[in-house]
Amino acid sequence: MRYSALSILRQALSGNRGWKPVWREPQPKPHYDVIIVGGGGHGLATAYYLAKEFGIKNIAVLEKGYIGSGNVGRNTTIVRSNYLLEGNIPFYEFSLKLWEGLEKDLNYNAMVSQRGVMMLAHSDGQRDAFARRGNAMRMHGVDAELLDREDLQKMMPYLNYDHARFPIKAGLLQKRGGTARHDAVAWGYARGADSHGVDIIQHCEVTAIRRDENGKVTGVETSKGFIGCNKLALATAGHSSETARMADLRLPIETHVLQAFVSEGIKPVIDNVIVYGGGHFYISQSDKGGLVFGADIDYYSSYAQRGNLAIVESTMEEGVSLIPGLSRLRVLRSWGGVMDMSMDGSPIIDRTPIDNLYLNAGWCYGGFKATPASGFCFAHLIARNEPHHVARALRLDRFERGYAVDEAGKGPQPNIH
Amino acid sequence: MASLITCPHCGRRPKEEFSIRGDAVPERPAPAASEEAWHAYVYLRDNPRGNIREYWHHVAGCRRWLVVERDNLTHAVFAVTDAREAAKGGTA
Repeated sequence: MRYSALSILRQALSGNRGWKPVWREPQPKPHYDVIIVGGGGHGLATAYYLAKEFGIKNIAVLEKGYIGSGNVGRNTTIVRSNYLLEGNIPFYEFSLKLWEGLEKDLNYNAMVSQRGVMMLAHSDGQRDAFARRGNAMRMHGVDAELLDREDLQKMMPYLNYDHARFPIKAGLLQKRGGTARHDAVAWGYARGADSHGVDIIQHCEVTAIRRDENGKVTGVETSKGFIGCNKLALATAGHSSETARMADLRLPIETHVLQAFVSEGIKPVIDNVIVYGGGHFYISQSDKGGLVFGADIDYYSSYAQRGNLAIVESTMEEGVSLIPGLSRLRVLRSWGGVMDMSMDGSPIIDRTPIDNLYLNAGWCYGGFKATPASGFCFAHLIARNEPHHVARALRLDRFERGYAVDEAGKGPQPNIH
Repeated sequence: MASLITCPHCGRRPKEEFSIRGDAVPERPAPAASEEAWHAYVYLRDNPRGNIREYWHHVAGCRRWLVVERDNLTHAVFAVTDAREAAKGGTA
């Protein structure tokens, strides 16, 4: 069923009784051309673009839980492409361009809202660094504007401009950045993949990877039995080390938990996405009125989807020091998601040393914005066996070759990226 | 994560007094070891779900390096040992 104003009207007149489930619930076939492990945003986007752009039809997505239960439903919904490094900018800009056409492409309302992403600078040095970043972006054709304090005061009068330690000096604005409705992204890609014939198999956990005597991957053992495949693609960020271990692969990744928060709903006050340069705090307002925000990861490695109170406290402190009015609000909910923290803070989309095994991993806490490009580039790699040109820096072997993509310049210490 | 860590020197202390270095399992190769050995030491991690051993530094206390054994799924802490003692015992 294609959605349109007419279909809504017709359903309204017939009591909304004619809506159908938007994807099938098939039983697994014995063999697929491509199996994608992980039915998150990246896995579903990969399946969608494989079927739609690269003409592969016999595809399955295996999901341990249900669609939308993982990080695609646990993030703070921000989309942007304001990166600094050569290896990152074209990739994230490609992703933002796909976001811009996503709803039309999927015929699904993902509520993509280009409300602007503002990164605040609190020292002269930070302003210079943002000028450099903005210039790097513009050289790649990405929009960036450096705003001074007076511009900001007109746009965002509620910020604490004269904080003793972190006064606001400037802001780097990417107007095309913004937010998207994360659940709708999962559902839209699932519906799109399904309509191109992809089998989405939920509650199907992969327990082992089967390989032949030459080491080639031939299929997976699952909670629903053995399923054979020509190519196996892992898209299980958060648990990539665990899935890769099934093929005796060790990754440059450590798993950490990141928390997110939402306040009670209030009238519209925060029009943009704001990123606090004095800490790691970021905030936006959802269409329901709740303020959605987060800050740092919890620093210790963790596979638990819950965090600790010290980070809750420091997140609130950062928020209130930037926007004093936040202290009047109540937090409604908080939750955690587990991240693949890679050794340089950048992701991996690559072949592996094992034949027929492809890897999409290491998204740190920047995976949501990358969903469309990650899926497109991973599909390109799987279908053509060569990297898409915007993802060619995101190789698995970049660490041993000495080509880390370290956006923050922090070195191989996953808990501080 | 447990809110209190029992430092072998300082007793039960808030977790925020400690800085976390990471996995205590990889062993530093000899300076002239192969590039593969150094790559594995610096970059590759087992990253298991379950029981792990980590180096923690008691920066706001005795400033000793410690080995914390804990479960990274349940967040239970099993043991905290001085890293030097752990190295002597050959268990770190």
